[in-house]
Amino acid sequence: MLAYTVRRILVSIPVLVVSTFVVFLVVVNSGDPVANFATSRQPAPSKAAVAAFARHIHADQPVMERYWHWITGVLHGDFGPSVQSNLDIGHDLFTRFRVTVTLVASAMVIALLLAVVFGVFSAIRQYSAADYAITFVGFLFLAMPVFWFAVLLKQAGIWFNEQTGSQFLGTIGEKSPYLEVDTTWNEFTDRLGHLVLPTITLALVSFASWTRYTRASMLEVLGSDYVRLARAKGLRRRTVLVRHALRTALIPLATVTALDIAIILGGAVITETIFQWHGMGEMLVQSAQAVDVYRTMAWLLLSAVVVIGFNLLADLLYAVLDPRIRYD
Amino acid sequence: MTEIDAPGAADSRRPAREHEFTVEQRSQTRLVLRRFARHRAAMASLVVFVLIVLWAFVGPHLWHYSYAKFTPDNSQAPSRKHPFGTDSSGYDAYAQVMRGTQTSLKVAILIALGSTAVGAVWGAVAGFYRGLVDAVMMRVADLVLTLPLFAIALVISSRSGGSWYWIAAVIAGLTWAYVARVVRSTVLSLREKEFVEAARALGASDTRIILRHLLPNALGPIIVNATVLVATGILTETALSFVGFGVQPPDTSLGLLVSQAQTAVDTRPWLFYIPGAFIIAIALTINFIGDGLRDAFDPRQQRVRQ
Repeated sequence: MLAYTVRRILVSIPVLVVSTFVVFLVVVNSGDPVANFATSRQPAPSKAAVAAFARHIHADQPVMERYWHWITGVLHGDFGPSVQSNLDIGHDLFTRFRVTVTLVASAMVIALLLAVVFGVFSAIRQYSAADYAITFVGFLFLAMPVFWFAVLLKQAGIWFNEQTGSQFLGTIGEKSPYLEVDTTWNEFTDRLGHLVLPTITLALVSFASWTRYTRASMLEVLGSDYVRLARAKGLRRRTVLVRHALRTALIPLATVTALDIAIILGGAVITETIFQWHGMGEMLVQSAQAVDVYRTMAWLLLSAVVVIGFNLLADLLYAVLDPRIRYD
Repeated sequence: MTEIDAPGAADSRRPAREHEFTVEQRSQTRLVLRRFARHRAAMASLVVFVLIVLWAFVGPHLWHYSYAKFTPDNSQAPSRKHPFGTDSSGYDAYAQVMRGTQTSLKVAILIALGSTAVGAVWGAVAGFYRGLVDAVMMRVADLVLTLPLFAIALVISSRSGGSWYWIAAVIAGLTWAYVARVVRSTVLSLREKEFVEAARALGASDTRIILRHLLPNALGPIIVNATVLVATGILTETALSFVGFGVQPPDTSLGLLVSQAQTAVDTRPWLFYIPGAFIIAIALTINFIGDGLRDAFDPRQQRVRQ
């Protein structure tokens, strides 16, 4: 298992190098930051200033050389220059990463819990009214654009605050801007209040597809011989459902969850934009608008590492949960 | 004297013989269509989807307001004159939603067609030749699969200037690899079948085998995947347009319309709910159609004769 993990990590290094190189080519060609600099300022900067700017962001070097400098720099913790002066991309990236991780992690936990509860319920009451209702709601959420739902939820949050006269549900940012942090408790509730709506938004998209998976895999397990045997030898229904069926049914869900991480990161970009979080989503949007090559690359590199990590985790989880699978 | 049947005589007897059996011959296509027609949710969805498509493409020619023309009425609630109301600058929302639906559908359908065409051929060639060709082609596909769809689409489309076919091309360029993988796995099993061997024995070229024998037999998974791609496409395009990286004004898409209306949910709710409802309706019906097709193409389904 350990040998397998090490081998997988080693294999993923060349994948990462090739993939970042392709992405680097794409990002470098996605716009011209030097032209932006030259045209978007008042008064127009001098030729020398434009040339200095181009030199500062390495735009005067050939692409291969830029990539080489960038990737070797990253290994030393240097993420390259941003088009914004005085912006340390590495520091920016990790501050924002912490913000986004809170959102993504809580959304995944909520989505998983809901998916297991509703999926299992749907499966053991197959073809009941509740099953049809859950299935329909699942289809509805699969078809619902994240941004539309987020805006609705934001309105609902504002309405809730007005009705209760509280400020609990935050709709802007990940914390109140001028919060007087008198106690840890106050800061905690403030952050929690800001987390609720974005988490629900992000959770509901994955919740829909994960519920479908749980239902399908639970149905398959419930129809299997060993579950019938467990019932036949007189075990209680609850014991059979939880100890025998559910455990097996959750195996495919573990991998699906891990593999969906890229979709969730994409959803987080939209969620953060709407709730104005200063997370990685905002970073991507800003750097794409400003054609900030190295800032975009930092984002994409981190997301690639996360995706590759979760892929590996999916395979390892599979082996841990399913004793039939062995990696030697 | 031996009587030799003339060829014509044998032919003339054949229809009579066939009447002895009452079994009707059904082609694969007809079987699939019959199974699909039995799927009520899928049929209903197909009707709704076709109606939306017709409305979005034919409607603008019949409607007396244009999506890009101001009307003297600002911020009006839905009325007989403006069925979907107007926005604060006086655009007729009915014309705009029609145009937005049209643009979003064009993008989604182009994505589905483009990535299906590329992915199907890519996967079929890789699966047919196997070996080194397969290894190289599938590593390229895997590479594309590691790219996060939404983030990369966002970065590239910042250069698009908002043309719908560019956005579609970018998204299709990132989704074809899914199709390639599905088609490859289907072709891997198909290429060992006798009919491929027969075709080769008859002297068919590789191109002919791939295009005439392998791809048509892999049509089931290809079509099902294409419907999924329409739904993915429309959700990705609207999300891009919402964040400001997709379709640009004066043209419009459903995502852009929702984005423009997000601050007016309380004051002019019709501007927000109607385009959103259209996105949901399109994605929902497409998903149901895909579900129906998946069941219809599934050979294990035995419900045809009931």
